[in-house]
Amino acid sequence: MSERLAVRKTYKLFIGGAFPRSESGRSYAVTDAKGRFVANASQASRKDARDAVTAARKAFPGWSGRTAYNRGQILYRVAEMLEGRRDQFADEVRRAGASKSGAAAEVDAAIDRWVWYAGWADKLPAVAGASNPVSGPFFNFSTPEPAGVVAVIAPDSPLLGLVSVVAPVIVSGNTCVVVASEPAPLPSITLAEVLATSDLPGGVVNVLTGRRDEIAPWLASHMDVNGIDLTGSAGGDVPGLEDKAAGNLKRVLRPRPGFGAWTDDPGTARMTAFLETKTVWHPVGV
Amino acid sequence: MSTETASTTTLNDAAELRAFLRGLPGVDQVGAEERAARLATRSIKTTAKAEAIDLAIAMVDLTTLEGADTPGKVRALCAKAARPDPSDGSVPRVAAVCVYSDLVDVAVRSLEGTGIGVASVATSFPSGRAPLEAKLADTRAAVAAGAAEIDMVIDRGAFLTGDVGKVFDEITAVKEACGRAHLKVILETGELATLDNVRRASWLAMRAGADFIKTSTGKVSPAATLPVTLVMLEAVRDYRARTGRQVGVKPAGGIRTTKDAIRYLVLVNETAGPDWLTPEWFRLGASSLLNDLLMQRRKLATGVYSGPDYFTLD
Amino acid sequence: MVSGSRAFEYAPAPESRAVVDIRASYGLFVNGEFVDGHGEPFKSINPADETVLADIACADATDVDRAVAAARTAFDTVWGPMPGRERAKYLYRIARIIQERSRELAVLESIDNGKPIRESRDVDVPLVAAWFFYYAGWADKLPYAGFGPDPRPVGVAAQVIPWNFPLLMLAWKIAPALACGNTVVLKPAETTPLTALLFADICRQAELPPGVVNIITGAGETGRALVAHGGVDKVAFTGSTEVGRQIARVLAGTGTKLTLELGGKAANIVYADAALDQAVEGIVNGIFFNQGHVCCAGSRLLVQESVAEEVLERLKTRMATLRVGDPLDKNTDVGAINSAEQLAKIRELSAAGEAEGATAWSPPCELPAQGFWFAPTVFTGVAQSHRIAREEIFGPVLSVLTFRTPDEAVTKANNTPYGLSAGVWTEKGSQILWTAQRLRAGVVWANTFNKFDPASPFGGYKESGFGREGGRHGLEGYLDV
Repeated sequence: MSERLAVRKTYKLFIGGAFPRSESGRSYAVTDAKGRFVANASQASRKDARDAVTAARKAFPGWSGRTAYNRGQILYRVAEMLEGRRDQFADEVRRAGASKSGAAAEVDAAIDRWVWYAGWADKLPAVAGASNPVSGPFFNFSTPEPAGVVAVIAPDSPLLGLVSVVAPVIVSGNTCVVVASEPAPLPSITLAEVLATSDLPGGVVNVLTGRRDEIAPWLASHMDVNGIDLTGSAGGDVPGLEDKAAGNLKRVLRPRPGFGAWTDDPGTARMTAFLETKTVWHPVGV
Repeated sequence: MSTETASTTTLNDAAELRAFLRGLPGVDQVGAEERAARLATRSIKTTAKAEAIDLAIAMVDLTTLEGADTPGKVRALCAKAARPDPSDGSVPRVAAVCVYSDLVDVAVRSLEGTGIGVASVATSFPSGRAPLEAKLADTRAAVAAGAAEIDMVIDRGAFLTGDVGKVFDEITAVKEACGRAHLKVILETGELATLDNVRRASWLAMRAGADFIKTSTGKVSPAATLPVTLVMLEAVRDYRARTGRQVGVKPAGGIRTTKDAIRYLVLVNETAGPDWLTPEWFRLGASSLLNDLLMQRRKLATGVYSGPDYFTLD
Repeated sequence: MVSGSRAFEYAPAPESRAVVDIRASYGLFVNGEFVDGHGEPFKSINPADETVLADIACADATDVDRAVAAARTAFDTVWGPMPGRERAKYLYRIARIIQERSRELAVLESIDNGKPIRESRDVDVPLVAAWFFYYAGWADKLPYAGFGPDPRPVGVAAQVIPWNFPLLMLAWKIAPALACGNTVVLKPAETTPLTALLFADICRQAELPPGVVNIITGAGETGRALVAHGGVDKVAFTGSTEVGRQIARVLAGTGTKLTLELGGKAANIVYADAALDQAVEGIVNGIFFNQGHVCCAGSRLLVQESVAEEVLERLKTRMATLRVGDPLDKNTDVGAINSAEQLAKIRELSAAGEAEGATAWSPPCELPAQGFWFAPTVFTGVAQSHRIAREEIFGPVLSVLTFRTPDEAVTKANNTPYGLSAGVWTEKGSQILWTAQRLRAGVVWANTFNKFDPASPFGGYKESGFGREGGRHGLEGYLDV
């Protein structure tokens, strides 16, 4: 008897909760660290990016309108699902070039990171908001609100980097379009499978794989995108993307010079980068 | 229970009235106070000030409402009303003299030939806590003695407890007792607590037939304030727009300086409008205010500051 | 009914100009000294009568270099290393001097800008002092502000401000910058430089170290040179969305920190159950305050159809009492339009409103023959598609639209690329919170409008800019976080 032939997974895009192929019909070969073929990933086009933005926009009112507690619950559920797929993720991370123990550590760190962010959902407003002692008979309070649709250019850290840029964006109620690591896109689609089965509404996270320099400019210039995280962009691309982002004055999170490692304490900056502060005044009287 | 059956307001009417008053637009206290404070910053100088002072004098209801009032005191006040500044014949006379009902006849005799009317507080002023028959008797006595204007108080207790029908009935009854005398209805806004209540009470009084709505008895603090008067001026403006009938406004109590008086005139000018800027439609219930108006008037005329010794204390 | 009564005419009540001493010409304030500029000097004029007030130096690129260098030196040697508690004391000093010289500042602001003295005296200048007081207190408390245990200043801040609230915008920019330990080069607007230059004198009276505050004057070119200067670590701009976009492009890829406070087209939503008299006041205050030269002006009135007629009637009655004229008259409610250019823009958009089929109404009011004036105007019959419902007019022009349901109100309110402010009027508490929650705007005034306070964060969503000014949030733009 011959060895059983494996059933391979087709890696597709993740848009609006569904897994379509690129409308362009294109794909590209993903290889491991030694250059061996691993799988074909979809090569998203500008039209896929457009569709992903539409899906993210459509999901925004519902997701941002959930209670913070509910968003926290759903994100925690995602962590539970991740935990159940540790081996699968470790395998994919290893094929992206990590050692066996390194891959396992990255997966654990990624799950822990997700849990950490999940807990922020109902704490962020208390930390980033305020009641302001104005000089007059008014009650005045500031609350952080999600900026809207955020484009995320994910870094090449295939899982820990990915969750470290996605979780902080959505925990506050934003929806996003993620451009996955170009050389290591496979964990992003497996993550999408987790998201699709975790009560996360379709469209909250949309994942595009393909050429960053092809897709990112369309997202940076898209007038219905409110913010863009350029963390995964090559340094040389940043000025052009920022220039495009100025078209509708997107909130831009620039790659941070002197950035350490993804295992470092992330702080709150990635969450606050895509928050708006809304301040409400009301008279106090009888 | 017999007074209940004598009520002119049926239960259904009272419910309608309550619903109507509840349906009036609310008043935001902070916004109303802000508006009043802003109007208080109007700078009224030179010719405008001179005009305002004379207008204010002509709008004064010169008032004495003390337990210790005597015929002598009232006669002195009436002399002051007719000639506020004995040394200056160009000073206008005041609008009316306001006294308790038992002193109306003294005031009427003192003011004979001056054209100054006598206003009488009635209806168990200032508390209004007496049977309706007593209030009506009080009113009839004042009218019989020659009062041209009756300043009644509403039953604040009934108003606050929601018995607006009772308040309405009392006003209509007193109005009837007034005959040809004008009826000013004192809301005693210092006890109504909110500007929403001030607006509702204003409409209630107007619908019941008030010729004037008046802020205060002067016996409760706060008495007249700019925000309260603002809301009442809005009420008379809106009431005329809806019914065609014009109702006057009288802030009373606590108006002591020319600056205060001019602020009220600005409020009238920019809220109800110039139609109300006559003694027929706007009064200032006051006593010590008059001498300050006279003192400021003389400053404008002579260019030097005057002192209290140069004005009569009556 | 009496109708023979006549209006109460207020005699002119002009504030004295004697309190200010306007020099014939002004230089640039660089490194604690007034110096000549190398550009072509320009004139600042009084918009109320078109008289020339003073010749103003114009900074060219070399002047910008000098100013940035002075700020850099001051940052490196004096202001950056100075303990927060010492910086605080300088800011308190400045706040006190502003209070002491408040009359002078108010009169000068009204002369140069055209705004009514009542507003410069009762709103602008008191807020300016309050802003310095507020941020003075932060200078030595930054470790407690929530930006880490030892937040550092950014460095040299380039600040470009508009002409609508010249001194107040200066305070919004300079107070937090200095509190956080930055030094600044500030460029006031071309048409309103005088109070910023008077502020330079206040810095000298406070003995602020030279170079901590530098004020350079000029037009757009000076501003471009300043924001694009390589020695600048932070740019803060308040002004039009178009210029904000250009600045964002100029700074693309430079890593320079940027905050922008830009245009707006705020909806002022009046529900049927609103306190109507106060709502009318709020509408008037929302659009006619400062001649409507307010980025957060309530320029789109959204009124529920069931009360639209009544609200409009009350609004028109109220508008008829607005006193338009001499900015220095203490009874003036609406002053002069700031410049001929702005007046032309207001006229152009108003004409477009009429051409597109909306109906304009203004109360009868006599406008002065000299100077730049525009009568308070309300447009009815406005559709969302009209230019006057979409574009920022920045003048005393209100567009009135109606709605039927709360959902429709919110949808229309949010249907704009801007997101700076909004108003809500209803006596129903839950409806206020429901509406406020759904409005995509940085400031929501509920049952009030156009309120400002140093403790209250201000700034926009979407194309109204990013970053907040005021409150704890206002520190972030000036800290290296």
